[in-house]
Amino acid sequence: MMDYLLIQVLNGVQLGLLMFLLAAGLTLTFGIMDLVNLAHGSLYMMGAYFAWTLIGWTHSFALGALLALPACFLLGVIVEVVVARRLYARDHLDQVLATFGLILFFNELVRAVWGPEGRSISVPAFLNHTVTLLPGVAYPAYRFALIVVGTVVGILLAWLVARTRLGMLIRAGASNRRMIAALGVNIELLFSLVFGLGAVFAGLAGLMAAPIASVKIGMGDDILIVAFVIIVIGGIGSIKGAFVAAMIVGQIDIVGRAFLPDFLKTFMGAASASAAAPAISQVLIYIVMAAVLVWRPTGLFGQRT
Amino acid sequence: MAELLPALRTPRGVVTVLLLLLLAALPLLTQAFDQRYLLSVGTRIVIWSIAAASLNMILGYGGLVSFGHAAFLGIGGYAVGILSAEGFASGWLQWPVAIAVAVVWATLIGALSLRTRGVYFIMITLAFAQLVYYLSSGLAAYGGDDGLNISRSRFPGLIDLRDKATFYWLCFALLCGTLWFCSRLVHSRFGYVLRGARSNELRMTALGFPVFRYRLVAFALAGGFGALAGILLANDGAYVSPAMMSWVKSGDLIVIVVLGGIGALFGPLYGAIAFFAVEEFLPPLLNLMHRGWGEYWQIVFGPLLVIIALYARGGLDSLLGRHHG
Repeated sequence: MMDYLLIQVLNGVQLGLLMFLLAAGLTLTFGIMDLVNLAHGSLYMMGAYFAWTLIGWTHSFALGALLALPACFLLGVIVEVVVARRLYARDHLDQVLATFGLILFFNELVRAVWGPEGRSISVPAFLNHTVTLLPGVAYPAYRFALIVVGTVVGILLAWLVARTRLGMLIRAGASNRRMIAALGVNIELLFSLVFGLGAVFAGLAGLMAAPIASVKIGMGDDILIVAFVIIVIGGIGSIKGAFVAAMIVGQIDIVGRAFLPDFLKTFMGAASASAAAPAISQVLIYIVMAAVLVWRPTGLFGQRT
Repeated sequence: MAELLPALRTPRGVVTVLLLLLLAALPLLTQAFDQRYLLSVGTRIVIWSIAAASLNMILGYGGLVSFGHAAFLGIGGYAVGILSAEGFASGWLQWPVAIAVAVVWATLIGALSLRTRGVYFIMITLAFAQLVYYLSSGLAAYGGDDGLNISRSRFPGLIDLRDKATFYWLCFALLCGTLWFCSRLVHSRFGYVLRGARSNELRMTALGFPVFRYRLVAFALAGGFGALAGILLANDGAYVSPAMMSWVKSGDLIVIVVLGGIGALFGPLYGAIAFFAVEEFLPPLLNLMHRGWGEYWQIVFGPLLVIIALYARGGLDSLLGRHHG
């Protein structure tokens, strides 16, 4: 039982780290540029599709994945320059509408270029085994690698934001955009950079999730909502908040999938229990969010207004 | 009638009256020209206009970006679906229950959501809609993800909803009722407080108005009218499914409201007509330019939305000139 519990907790951590990568870019664009970017999920999807194509060309998972990241960065910068930049000063309704349009565009673009049927990226051979974490507890190496990569990238991001000059500008931009522009910082370049960085994190999350889930149209849309929930729970603009909230959501989701069916079976039929459990674990995430917002209307680590 | 005459002097009045006459005569026209498909498009336009008008109450007049409005459509639809599956076929029972459930739910989540501002409000309304969405897909007894085939509501001796033209006229009458209610609402004391709070919440509070309560009532009303649209939608297709309240539908509703003109009385109608016109006519148009392009019409529609958001804030309504009063 303990082994099962440990594996499920690890699955939750792994899911949480993936969600954190997606949410980090979102919370940065939200916190600094004050942009509600619904199209962030499209960047997640594009990351997976870029990786699928590049892995096909290079015949190497690692190389394809590495090459996909600059492609995501470029795409992010293009989206920023062409559309997003014009939205920063607009109200949230315009932003929702315009980025909703971008979602339609990207979903249809993928259908036109890659075709309507889903693609799959297989787990790379060098990770297609299990690792023994404790005596008797085996864990898939790919998922373990996800945890490692997610942790490393998370630490890198924390270091970037807390310890570097770029991070200092990002934090300054989040608290007072006009002031740092007045101090002579090239704010347009900074915004493009942050947007591109967010796109890289989203793309990385998408391509890492691809071997576990699948590469399909609209794959980023539902997960984006969860990413929004995460940054709202954590407090918009807060990397630390996004991390804590992603971990909470990851655990709720896994607990819901792993343990709820058995629990529900104690008082309802097996079939309806297994049908209701995923729905209930999703519902739980939204209940947690509502509870947090009622308790603290700007999230766990958000700035009080 | 006397009120209508001055309205006819403005372009907006002329267009609106012509449009309403056209819509009123639509079943006769589609029958005369043997275009029955157009009647089903017309029915959808009218129902989505009601839905968009209900969203316009909070989004347009209240200035509150609710991103989960499709959930109220779903609640209305599912109330009808579940009651009909349980053997309660009478519309006299189904419709009031559906609207009451939606109003109660709207009051409940409104009371929680309206504590937040801006982006947090967008996200919490979205989250509550997702909650309803996942609950409905978990209803294994009522079809789960696959949805539920239902029999249409019965109003014995009064009307038969299975008749397409009758159903269309009922929807149209309800749309007129909804728009009439909206126009009364906007020009009432209640509407002025709501719109005042949209432009300056602090000032309205300082004037002594309990802004929160006004907004909550508007939210509940919007939920009730949203459920009405959901009831009609369920009866139109004789089918309900979680898909009718996916967050993309909530996005579509926002698109319709903005396309028509935020806070304009007839905006939702213009918006719904434009939305369905694009959906019906853009694909054949693209196919004319190049065979096969029509399938990918959203590649054009997506950037179109970006352009509308950036450059056409007033929507279609603003093409008809400025508002008077």
